[in-house]
Amino acid sequence: MKDFNQLCCEKCWHTTEKPCEHFIQCCTEGPLCHHDEKCKQEISSLRKRLKYEEHDKPIIMIGMGTCGLASGAAKVKEAIEAELKKLNLEAVIEGTGCIGYCAVEPIVDIKLPGKDRISYQEITVKDVPRFIKTTLVDNEIYKEKLLGSHGKSNGVVNLKQVPFFEHQHKIVLANCGVVNPDSIDAYLANGGFKAFDKVLRLMKQEDVIKEVLDSGLRGRGGGGFPTGKKWELALKQKSDQKYLICNADEGDPGAFMDRSLLESDPFRVLEGMAIAAYTIGASVAYIYCRAEYPLAIERLKNSIAKCEEYGILGDNILNTGYSLHIKIKKGAGAFVCGEETALIGSIEGKRGMPKPRPPYPSNAGLFGKPTVINNVETYANVPPVIMMGAQKFASIGTVKSKGTKVFALSGNVKNTGLVEVPMGTTLRDIVFKIGGGIPDKKEFKAVQIGGPSGGCLPDSVIDTPVDYDSLREVGAMMGSGGFVVMDEETCIVDVAKYFLTFIQEESCGKCVPCREGTKRMLEIIERIPKRYGTDGNKLDQLQRFKGMIHLQRLADVIKDTSLCGLGQSAPNPVLSGLRYFRHEYEEHLYDRKCSAGVCKELLTFTIDNELCTGCGICVKKCAAEAIVGEKGQAHYILDNKCIKCGMCYEVCRFKAININ
Amino acid sequence: MHSKIFESYQSNDRSSLIPLLQDVQNIYGYLPENALRDISDFVKVPLSRVYGVATFYNQFRLTPLGKNIIRVCRGTACHVKNSANILFALETELGITAGQTTRDKNFTLEVVNCIGACSIAPVILVNDDYHGRITVKDIPKILKKYQTVNKTETAEATK
Ligand SMILES: Cc1cc2nc3c(=O)[nH]c(=O)nc-3n(C[C@H](O)[C@H](O)[C@H](O)COP(=O)(O)O)c2cc1C
Ligand code: SF4
Ligand code: SF4
Ligand code: FES
Ligand code: FES
Repeated sequence: MKDFNQLCCEKCWHTTEKPCEHFIQCCTEGPLCHHDEKCKQEISSLRKRLKYEEHDKPIIMIGMGTCGLASGAAKVKEAIEAELKKLNLEAVIEGTGCIGYCAVEPIVDIKLPGKDRISYQEITVKDVPRFIKTTLVDNEIYKEKLLGSHGKSNGVVNLKQVPFFEHQHKIVLANCGVVNPDSIDAYLANGGFKAFDKVLRLMKQEDVIKEVLDSGLRGRGGGGFPTGKKWELALKQKSDQKYLICNADEGDPGAFMDRSLLESDPFRVLEGMAIAAYTIGASVAYIYCRAEYPLAIERLKNSIAKCEEYGILGDNILNTGYSLHIKIKKGAGAFVCGEETALIGSIEGKRGMPKPRPPYPSNAGLFGKPTVINNVETYANVPPVIMMGAQKFASIGTVKSKGTKVFALSGNVKNTGLVEVPMGTTLRDIVFKIGGGIPDKKEFKAVQIGGPSGGCLPDSVIDTPVDYDSLREVGAMMGSGGFVVMDEETCIVDVAKYFLTFIQEESCGKCVPCREGTKRMLEIIERIPKRYGTDGNKLDQLQRFKGMIHLQRLADVIKDTSLCGLGQSAPNPVLSGLRYFRHEYEEHLYDRKCSAGVCKELLTFTIDNELCTGCGICVKKCAAEAIVGEKGQAHYILDNKCIKCGMCYEVCRFKAININ
Repeated sequence: MHSKIFESYQSNDRSSLIPLLQDVQNIYGYLPENALRDISDFVKVPLSRVYGVATFYNQFRLTPLGKNIIRVCRGTACHVKNSANILFALETELGITAGQTTRDKNFTLEVVNCIGACSIAPVILVNDDYHGRITVKDIPKILKKYQTVNKTETAEATK
């Protein structure tokens, strides 16, 4: 047998047109309809091959997610292929998804027949010849770049004991980077679609809802609405047509969980969607995915086609009479389209502008029909809920937030990547235990969580557990899972300015407070680090202080009177900054100083005439022509001409430029 | 040239408006006026609405592109790693601001939000090549690679 869709013998009658209702079970326990040792052997050996338990050639697995590719995985793959050819070695090369440890990409795994799978980190093209020789010819461990073993090999550290993975609890990401995301057979062999199979054959719609309600699963897209409740509302609606939508818009500009999940385990998301669609009685489903994620869209397309070929999606799924068609809609780059009513408008071909609720989508959503809309990660949680049961799922996490949450750990932290932790893990554990702390011996300053709707949390609240309610209490938000670490060289005023600029550009323009209010807020914040003429200018000072006085009230009005979540949470980055980093605002305002050295206009650039060799490179690079000096002699910066761009600091090879 | 793409869509169906715009942009790299008119006729949506949609979404462009497209990531992670400086340096080097195309039509400079490679921030994307962990100093070197080379020949990505 080449794949599960092939018949084991002529007694098997499974086809795409008339699928066998026991097909999924058959892949793991089959054959079910007839007894034949040979068939049993064949199915089980296919399964073992797909699980990499039985194979005769070495298997080389290369992480080919977006971040792997960005780190040069494709080049490494080419180099490995060439090397194998040169040495006349035979091996199977497979691309896998993202295991989450993006900081050490490209990650390459080697699995020799009968041995454990070993992961290697940061493999470069230069490494390849020695790497291949050591692992495939000498059958030894390539120690320099060893990451860990997937098994219990003596002498090699298990991946689960590597600090980055040790404190994680992988449910949603269990398959990511481990199972081949292009192969439906690999997904099936690893227990895929079992939950869908169980739901279709053994559970009534109400049973599924009860299970999901009891599990305590809440939406992972930001709001944290109980998923079971949403489905219940939609199920109760009487309608000839219902829709299901998967929200894969992921607009938070520092988050990539959904992208990674779709690239690394697309079948899991489809399975979750299929269960949800069956439960509410929807026969058409949409995935609304950002156009910036071409690889994710490609993988989804292939996965849907494969599922249809196997009779798991499409008409008359597994001979149950239930039909489901999943379609992909590409987003066109608007943050507000992540909001559910705007997203629905966008699928209908309109501008993505939010609408007042009620009516909620579960009453009247897409094309006016009852619609359930959930986040990618929410759907990916559904199969585990069904398989492990509500009770076991609910035993993970805190009282009100169950299960795990995936975060995209990035910024000034050693181990960037994708992490999945049980709800209730503290921010400290994520930053220091998993993230490995701040690189270059710098001080921790804050974590930004929840993206443009969230806030910056400082050292004083770093022991806050991550769950929906605790984060809200300290002025941030779970959001979709962006988690950006900031060190002492990050300026909080600048971060507030950054998010406001983003929000202000992305506001759809429907409500005045959001459209105009955020613009005024941005102006006030922009004024803080600006130097209008000389600093003694009284009018300028007055404006700056007056703005600050208005800021709080403006924020309240925007919060209270905006229609959608974008406006309602727009002031959060500023408010959390004022709450925890008031001293930093004051330093900017009163002392006219930015100790992080970010707000350029508050800096002065000078040249250390001891260190300056007079090479003249800064003169060439200075766009403002602010540097004067003769070749070979120390140079000077004319402060009134300098636009504080920092270019001279970047290009000076002798570290002669001082900033203060 | 774009009449072919209409074949795979149903006329009169408003929900195909955005996919149609995306397909047309895939052909030309931007949305020419006559294509907008044709789409408006095809989906039976007034041209003003089509224009409204085309200008609402960040993805759509109404002016042609340069030969090489430079996308500077301005996501949060890249911002924390000083992508503002990178953008500034590119702007001065090319003599244009974000959203513009150089006079010789060789480069278009664009700003994007998180391209999902935060772990190697700051990132710029030139055509399909990622350049990660770059500093201001790397910029002239990177630009040089594309100054004469064609879009189809991929230059080596720096790590
Ligand atoms: C401005 C704005 C942006 C949003 N962006 C996203 C997003 O990118 N992804 C997402 O899943 N939900 C996003 N949401 C939340 C959705 O409106 C909706 O609550 C969510 O998709 C519901 O799914 P869940 O219950 O599974 O979380 C956004 C909301 C707002 C107000
Ligand atoms: S709050 Fe802002 S983004 Fe939301 S509907 Fe109003 S204007 Fe649009
Ligand atoms: S900071 Fe910029 S403007 Fe000022 S001297 Fe240096 S290069 Fe010139
Ligand atoms: S893409 Fe490979 S670890 Fe992130
Ligand atoms: S923030 Fe730049 S790649 Fe994510």
